[in-house]
Amino acid sequence: MDLLIKNGFVFDPLNGVNGEKMDIAVKNGRIVGDVVERKARKVDASGMIVMPGGVDIHTHIAGSEVNTGRLLRPEDHFRDFERKTSATRAGVGRSIPSTFTTGYRYARMGYTTVMNPAMAPLEAKHTHEELDDTPMVDKASYPLLGNWWFVLEYLARGDIEQCARHIAWIMNSTKGYAIKVVNPGGLEAWGFGHNVKELDDEVPYFCTTPREIIRGLCKANTLLNLPHTIHVHTNSLGRPGNYTTAIDTMKCVEDLALDDKPVIHLTHCQFSAFKGEDWRTLESGAAEIADYMNNHKHVTMDMGQIIFTDTTTMTADGPFQYALYGLTGNKWVNHDVETETSAGIVPFRYRRKSYVHAIQWSIGLELALLIKDPWRIFMTTDHPNAGPFTAYPKIIAWLISKNAREASLKRINPRARSKSLLPSIDRELSLYEIAITTRAGQAKALGLKNKGHLGPGADADIAVYNVNPETTDISRKFRSVRRAFKKAAYTVKGGEVVVKDGEVLKSVSGRTKWLDVKVSEPALITEDMKKRFRTYWTVEYENYPVYEDHLEGLEPINVKASV
Amino acid sequence: MIVLSPLREFRFPVMAECISPDVFEGKTPSEIGALQMWEGNKQKSLESLFKIEEATTEETAGDATLQIVGDIRQVRRIGSGMKKGTITIKGDVGMHLGEEMKGGKIIVQGDAESWVGSMMKGGSIEILGNAGDYLAAPYRGCDKGMKSGKIIVHGNVGTEAGAYMQSGVIKILGNAGEFTGFRMHDGTIYVKGDCMERAGACMANGKVVIEGRLESVLPSFSVDSIRPKIKIDTSEEVEGPLYVFVGDLAENGSGKLYVSKKNNPQLSCYEKFL
Repeated sequence: MDLLIKNGFVFDPLNGVNGEKMDIAVKNGRIVGDVVERKARKVDASGMIVMPGGVDIHTHIAGSEVNTGRLLRPEDHFRDFERKTSATRAGVGRSIPSTFTTGYRYARMGYTTVMNPAMAPLEAKHTHEELDDTPMVDKASYPLLGNWWFVLEYLARGDIEQCARHIAWIMNSTKGYAIKVVNPGGLEAWGFGHNVKELDDEVPYFCTTPREIIRGLCKANTLLNLPHTIHVHTNSLGRPGNYTTAIDTMKCVEDLALDDKPVIHLTHCQFSAFKGEDWRTLESGAAEIADYMNNHKHVTMDMGQIIFTDTTTMTADGPFQYALYGLTGNKWVNHDVETETSAGIVPFRYRRKSYVHAIQWSIGLELALLIKDPWRIFMTTDHPNAGPFTAYPKIIAWLISKNAREASLKRINPRARSKSLLPSIDRELSLYEIAITTRAGQAKALGLKNKGHLGPGADADIAVYNVNPETTDISRKFRSVRRAFKKAAYTVKGGEVVVKDGEVLKSVSGRTKWLDVKVSEPALITEDMKKRFRTYWTVEYENYPVYEDHLEGLEPINVKASV
Repeated sequence: MIVLSPLREFRFPVMAECISPDVFEGKTPSEIGALQMWEGNKQKSLESLFKIEEATTEETAGDATLQIVGDIRQVRRIGSGMKKGTITIKGDVGMHLGEEMKGGKIIVQGDAESWVGSMMKGGSIEILGNAGDYLAAPYRGCDKGMKSGKIIVHGNVGTEAGAYMQSGVIKILGNAGEFTGFRMHDGTIYVKGDCMERAGACMANGKVVIEGRLESVLPSFSVDSIRPKIKIDTSEEVEGPLYVFVGDLAENGSGKLYVSKKNNPQLSCYEKFL
């Protein structure tokens, strides 16, 4: 059935629409110029804002580490559960919700596309099965390639073209979407009990350096014409003084940028913006990073904003997670995923009154506010590492309102407050900029052509929030904006109204996007390689790929590589 | 005073968070009867499961008193989160009695199932019969157990009594199962009878006093001294002599395990280390 969303204030930054009152027409799951009003189902959005459905570039919602986190934390479940309704299934979990609940909660906030950023290639089948079970949203997954043995070996030999072909094979066999690099070189070093700290540290046993890995993968990414850039979690993450590593990481691919197009995405940058010698002298390095960002155009970034709450940290960065266990003494998991990556999980509580946590909270917001171009800094919490995604409305309130920031500043650690740059920042994001940083910018960075905008031809993923930008001073009434973003008035997914007033009306299944990369000459799969699969992996080469008929919701995107 | 008695024997678990003096306060018996609870997968009203009577006697005058008479072994979560008042149960009661209670008093004239006073924050629970496993322990995964308050069990208890306990007093006048005081952070557990093995495993702090027999002490405990007596709370002291063990050293803990010397001749081998 056709759909007409009438009289909303539309914010569609990719098409330059800034709060104009207009109708959005939907036909067959796509946005079209016009529909016959008499026949269409009408949604009255007068006095409300209409935005494209939210896009989340980095959120751990599926895969073996998320699932291990669920097993590790029964206490995360029994305090937060949802009963089944006529439309939804029952579910549990606050920081690591079950798959169905994840989908419903995203949809309630008006999000329709989410990206699962860490998939060990070996665990691809598991990840995709969970993604298949995550309703309401479209999704994709990034395979972890920064420590994959074959990649390290190709790069150590400097064979970028062969490496690119190999990555094309991995994208096809794991049904991945982008190249994820976590602590390049460090994770396989961790397999031998070592780590790397700086870009030029040699990765033990691999004769390469993080700089070579990042540059090599960046070149391979360009050769393959992948829609997203490489997605990098820097070395030395979560260690005081690491902002220089973050800047070095950005600098090291500066010369690879073509016509101001981004070539690298630094993820959850808050964790990479620490200045100071140790935890006692920790300070914010956000100003330096923002300064670099404002003078260069080849980087995109997401915040990884801290939320003061109890959450679960889970990354592929095994050594970092081990350090976190040392800090907290909490229960923990650390895992070496064969020859691919590592992983770790530690439950964590961010406290307002802790100096370090309060500084971290401040860093995230400083980054978002000091970086002038909203097209290159995106709102995330690195769910669930810095906080659950359900806290996004809070972050929106902090971004649009200095009052909101000051209300929170009053309650944090006093020493951190005196060091924070936030009191000196007057910038308040407009709703247009919020639309960029929460959807349009993210869709653009991901190269998703049909997402993040409301022009004809786009997927009909639409969010309607009950805020009237004409009558509301959003800076002063930040609480009402927060409420509105918490419960979308309407969420439209694929042309169907799936959420009304924050209640899920209908459960729909989303699609999992993956890149079908066509290379001129297939990757070299030698007998030696197969033999190594037999020797070092628990899964043989023949059983390794995820087959399309194994899953329901796969949607290939064709990419023609120039190699 | 409100007196409840089950109308029939329950086959399925009944989730009765609403049976609590706080909820009942100021409500007429018909309003109380309309409260909802789950029996198995069906939502039922209180009056369809329990007979509700209003009785006034001199000794139990006042609104915040509630009595339950009968076998309610399938009824769980009675007094969950209660802040004041008294619940008297004449009969056996189900799991999670007084879960997260903050104040008031619960008396059970019978046995109780597992998880009595789970994660309680205040108030007192007295059980005249036996209690099940996980006395005052939190749910699986949580590391914050009983925060304050007092629990007295006149009979025996099962395993993991006082696990993750943070403060408060637990007195067990009968015997205790394995892992008494597992991972406790602070507080006092007193076992008058015998205690099964692995008492105080992984404890970080606090004290466990065992007056009866404890077959063996974990190897991660180190003997510290012999004391003539030890104080349980302001009103009670245990006469010794008692061995004092410190541990659990495997967890870098400094908890104290007091074990009666008289009832444990098998532990005399530790004396040579003093």
